[in-house]
Amino acid sequence: MTDPMPTTVPVLEARGVIKHYGHVLALDEADFSANPGEVVALIGDNGAGKSTLVKSLVGAIRPDGGLILVDGKPVSLTSPLDARRHGIEAVYQDLALAPDLDPASNLYLGREITLIPFIRILNRRAMRERAMTAFAELGINLPNIGAAVGTLSGGQRQSVAVARAVAFASRIIFMDEPTAALGVIQRGRVLDVIRRVRDRGVSVVLVSHNMPEVLAVADRVEVLRLGRRVASFTASQTSVEELVGAMTGALEIANGSGGPR
Amino acid sequence: MTSGDSEVQRDETPAAPGGDSGGDSKVEAEETPAAPGGDSKVQADETPAAPSGNGVAQHPGVPPASRGADAGAAVLRAGRRLITFSETWTLVALIILIVYFSFRAPGKFDSLNDFSLMGSANAWYLVMVVGETFVILTAGIDLAVGAVLVMAGVVADLYCLHHGGASASWAVIGVGSVLGLATGAGCGAVQGLGVTKLKVPPLIVTLGGFIAFTGAAYLITGGSDFRNAPNRLVNTIGLGNVPGTPLPWLIAISFAAVIVFGLILAFTRFGRYTYAIGSNPEAARRAGIAVDRHLIKVYALSGLMAGLAGILSLANFGTTTLAGHSFDNLTVITGVVLGGASLFGGRGTMLGSVIGLAIPAVLLTGLTIIGLNTYWQDVAIGAVLVAAVSLDQFRHRLRERA
Repeated sequence: MTDPMPTTVPVLEARGVIKHYGHVLALDEADFSANPGEVVALIGDNGAGKSTLVKSLVGAIRPDGGLILVDGKPVSLTSPLDARRHGIEAVYQDLALAPDLDPASNLYLGREITLIPFIRILNRRAMRERAMTAFAELGINLPNIGAAVGTLSGGQRQSVAVARAVAFASRIIFMDEPTAALGVIQRGRVLDVIRRVRDRGVSVVLVSHNMPEVLAVADRVEVLRLGRRVASFTASQTSVEELVGAMTGALEIANGSGGPR
Repeated sequence: MTSGDSEVQRDETPAAPGGDSGGDSKVEAEETPAAPGGDSKVQADETPAAPSGNGVAQHPGVPPASRGADAGAAVLRAGRRLITFSETWTLVALIILIVYFSFRAPGKFDSLNDFSLMGSANAWYLVMVVGETFVILTAGIDLAVGAVLVMAGVVADLYCLHHGGASASWAVIGVGSVLGLATGAGCGAVQGLGVTKLKVPPLIVTLGGFIAFTGAAYLITGGSDFRNAPNRLVNTIGLGNVPGTPLPWLIAISFAAVIVFGLILAFTRFGRYTYAIGSNPEAARRAGIAVDRHLIKVYALSGLMAGLAGILSLANFGTTTLAGHSFDNLTVITGVVLGGASLFGGRGTMLGSVIGLAIPAVLLTGLTIIGLNTYWQDVAIGAVLVAAVSLDQFRHRLRERA
């Protein structure tokens, strides 16, 4: 969609991020960048540091070193709430939904619309109406808006989690393996949603193992290996073989077609 | 209370292309066989709600074929949903009991006087059920309510004894009551700290609390009950009616507590967080909810309610009843669980808990009136309790599988 110009300021960037877990070096001066309005896939073998990097960028953990920049300015993300204030949202692999609450309640969990300042009476109607708008905008079809999320199908639950992130993200959304648990039809729909979000100008970071899916939806692919970014490809100019090569280290060219920062 | 949500809305989003909605209704159809067989009985109850749901549906323009398939699925889904509303079943059971006893003992059981007596005799249970409902909704449990009740009563009476005893003024009674309530809330907050900061399971924290607070009450009193509770307190709150009405103060106060906190549970952010934490604490945490702080508040609330129950008990008996509340925790927890609250948290209502508490009380009164051995009540309640929890477990497994 948007041509990533060399002069574009990344909406979110990691520079030389380090994270130790005891003696294990999970992130070894890892770099990452996402430009405005693009879909970036973050791939890497198991243990390459994807989850650690994502957690650092959404404020779930604090890195031991390095810089995180939002719109080119260094920030310190001490909690997921911090990240949210910068317009950074995440769809976790386990979805992080409350199964006994309905979709609208989950959408607004922790950000309820309330009526009276101190007593904080829930404005259910406003939340439900806005939630329905949010679902409709993404083409999400929930047959019963009042049903507990726990009674919905896997695909529908996924939709609720994605809609929540989309509704509140102003800069960027992280999606950790969003299609792993889904059937073919829902998988296609999640990819549709990713494109729609991107078209609204919000960047998407897709963490995935599914190479064809990555190539189908991403504008750019960044590859992590042993806690470092080893390559950055333009999706339209690369192949599954090249990605796998970079992931496993078989392809020891320092950088692919992405070029230096 | 939350059952107000049960309107069945079927919204087909117009934005979705035709192919999409077709795919979705297929998925729904596949799910329907999974619904438990008991549904067929329930559907009749649900039908009145369904048409209103149709009226609300905001997006007509849906292909009729997908509509028909969806309607069938919706009815089944509504049926399955109703099963999760355990308080419906509990209410049915309660009504059957009342009707049965009224029929067996006409003019006796259904008199206002009986209900008034029954309410007064259960006022402190009712108040404690309020706090226990919040705690169980967070997937916790509070075994210490009876002990906190006694502690609060002892502290309140101790103050009154030092400031006039039986002839203490209303000001003294007021201060004593506030001290009692504060003691209750404090005991609860300490337990909340144990659950959140020490990360000890609630069952153990509150078992410890139960033992320790009971011991503390015996320490303060030296082992024998304080007597001489203020006469003004006993004659009004304890035994009197609200002026100008036939309504005992005990019932008025306990129902006021139920209504206020029932509304808070159902309609405020505090209540929503209580459900969310019981439903999925990790999700609540990631959503930015201060889970530990909320849990401490919930345990403090349970303590506060036990404190209020302590004042009511002191007012009614005129003594601190050290040994009289050892099994209150079991009565209260039984009520909440019979009322449909899940021990896994996240599911239950205040209305359900009140109904659940009423069942053993009605059974006891009814059996007494028709002259059956009242020990049958214990046998029946024990069996029903186990059945209720096994139903809860079954539902939980059903959902885990889904």
